[in-house]
Amino acid sequence: MWSNRFRPTCQLTSKPTLRRCYASQAPSARINRKVDFEKTPILLKTEKAARSAYGLGSEQGLEWQNLTQAVCSAMSHAMKKDDSVILFGEDVAFGGVFRCSKGLADEFGASRVFNSPLTEQGIAGFGIGCAAQGMKPIAEIQFADYVFPAFDQIVNEAAKFRYREGGTGQHCGGLVIRMPCGSVGHGALYHSQSPESLFTHVPGVRVVMPRSPSQAKGLLISSVLECNDPVIFMEPKTLYRAAEEFVPTEGFSLPLDKAEILKEGNDLTVISYGQPLYLCSEAIRTLEKEIKGLNIELIDLRAIYPWDRETIMKSVNKTGRAVIVHESMMNAGVGAEMAASIQEGAFLRLEAPVARVAGWDVHPGLIFEKYNIPDIVRIYDAMKRTLNY
Amino acid sequence: MDKIMDKIMSEAQRQGRLSFYMVSQGEEAIMIGSAAALGPKDIITCQYRETGVFLQRGFTLEDFMCQLAANKNDRGKSRNMPCHYSGRAKTGVHAVASTLGTQIPHATGAAYALKIADKESGTDSPRVAVAYFGDGAASEGDFHGALNLAATRDCPVIFICRNNGYDISTPTSEQYRGDGIASRGIGYGIETLRVDGTDIFAVYEATKEARRPALENGGRPILLEMMSYRMSHHSTSDDSFAYRNSKDLEPWTVRDNPIVKLGKWLKNKRLWDDEMEQETRAQIRKDILSTLKAAELEKKPRLSSIFEDVYGSLSQEQQVQREEMRRLMTEYPAEYDVDAHEGGISGL
Repeated sequence: MWSNRFRPTCQLTSKPTLRRCYASQAPSARINRKVDFEKTPILLKTEKAARSAYGLGSEQGLEWQNLTQAVCSAMSHAMKKDDSVILFGEDVAFGGVFRCSKGLADEFGASRVFNSPLTEQGIAGFGIGCAAQGMKPIAEIQFADYVFPAFDQIVNEAAKFRYREGGTGQHCGGLVIRMPCGSVGHGALYHSQSPESLFTHVPGVRVVMPRSPSQAKGLLISSVLECNDPVIFMEPKTLYRAAEEFVPTEGFSLPLDKAEILKEGNDLTVISYGQPLYLCSEAIRTLEKEIKGLNIELIDLRAIYPWDRETIMKSVNKTGRAVIVHESMMNAGVGAEMAASIQEGAFLRLEAPVARVAGWDVHPGLIFEKYNIPDIVRIYDAMKRTLNY
Repeated sequence: MDKIMDKIMSEAQRQGRLSFYMVSQGEEAIMIGSAAALGPKDIITCQYRETGVFLQRGFTLEDFMCQLAANKNDRGKSRNMPCHYSGRAKTGVHAVASTLGTQIPHATGAAYALKIADKESGTDSPRVAVAYFGDGAASEGDFHGALNLAATRDCPVIFICRNNGYDISTPTSEQYRGDGIASRGIGYGIETLRVDGTDIFAVYEATKEARRPALENGGRPILLEMMSYRMSHHSTSDDSFAYRNSKDLEPWTVRDNPIVKLGKWLKNKRLWDDEMEQETRAQIRKDILSTLKAAELEKKPRLSSIFEDVYGSLSQEQQVQREEMRRLMTEYPAEYDVDAHEGGISGL
């Protein structure tokens, strides 16, 4: 899984006779093939692509990083820039279970990077208190699946702080709560959840999910140093090692309220965020190969809430068709709100109902994970049906 | 058996046969000793490092391997990660969850229910509930709620803390400043005992001695803190030498090792010797490997298990989604490996 430095001291005598099927693709799959992260167009695989994406001159540095390293780099930059930035959570001192805080305790000292005891409600509440004093605390929740003890603090405290303070102008906007989210194929019930929509049903916190290392760096720096509202920063854990690309060396920020069009098109709008974007990209490639002249627009929502209605509505008004994809379950997911807004704002323009491809209304059971996530086949199928409606 | 299984299954994980495993080396006495002192119908909630409790309460090698290999015979229907066993009917243990501390108030509530039921039935074998948890989990808010409710409602519950020194990379020096977990019991008005967790007889006696007062005079909670050391990495996803010295393990390898200690005691009493040890180890190893192999060859659970058991019966929405899934699997048969599951597509 994440750390493979331990070598076995002796071998088992019997050879494995059956592969661990819950994590692998069907042998005959043509559409549902594993994403090739080396070749995906979503990642900036050349220096040229990275410079073009971020408007960098040839003298500005780039580094080849995965998501873990980019997150680490963002936090390091933020902590250098502003002494009031601190990082705490479970196991962050030695580098964190995903190594996102590797080296930070050594670089910035134990009073700025430290382990907290095992208590998410304590971590969140402590963070709110620090932020209320004007600090910029980064609170790490070890897995999004474990954020729930902190729910009260987030919903009843962080989200309401500025509002109830009223005229005093006090707020806890310096707070960023980071957490790994999403399926990995074998995380099962408690290492796979993607609870973003729960936080979009509470006003007062921003919810952000980056799709790539460079996006994560820019969005996290923005969240920590520039944003005046508490941010829930969700990192798709399956991308931690898998997603690698060129990332600007210098600190930079990205807007927290704008979606991004990854690929322009006229025939259909596909909207997603996080890990499923890579699956969408593959599904689009497969379908465009089959149907000559087909051109599908792919949008990364990235600002999950408040979300960029303008970009989405403009796109759907152009194409007349929309498919929304997310990992978390169908009912009351982010897609539900988007679909409602799209039909409200573009009803007469729509050529087909807005389709949603999402997790089923089930928990992510280990052996069924690959049937639960919106896979390439389901996205491909939904796009096809939307086009043919 | 536990120790040998731990070693084999860790290696199986490295070979890609399992996605994950958690070893409980160093804590064998805590698990076996305490579980042996409980009543057969006692209800138990636990964390995830209590394999020995399942073993002591009747889980067979086959039960373990079916869960670890995620096949159709797993009582948990292969929904949970390896080591997250479900075996309540056989063992009285609630299915394991990865969330920490959440299981502690469950034991309090279960104890309350047992108290009422046993009073009504007038049984002469009343039951307790037991919660196992680690030193880290005891920092969660649920720990506070559980102990406070247990004390104020006089629940016959035994809280067993496995203080093994670590919560992943966090040593107890960063987890708390008080005197371990035992000192907290007093704060809640709960009788507390601290036990040498490497001494199986101490663990057994302490648990027996906790169970007795837990059932007296209408019931009350007891807190046991069992001291030991987490010999292993947190899990197969962890390399503990990133945050501790391999030298730290030395005292716990022989001098304070529960298995070595028991072995010495048995040898002194001439109940055990090196030859028996060799034979037993070889036999256990053989049994584990053959059971694992057989478990791996079995089919995975029926596809219908995706939707079942979320509610008592399928919701309208789930029925629609199941049909949608069936449509997709039928229209794109090459894309889904349904035959790995019992019944294939017809099992949906």
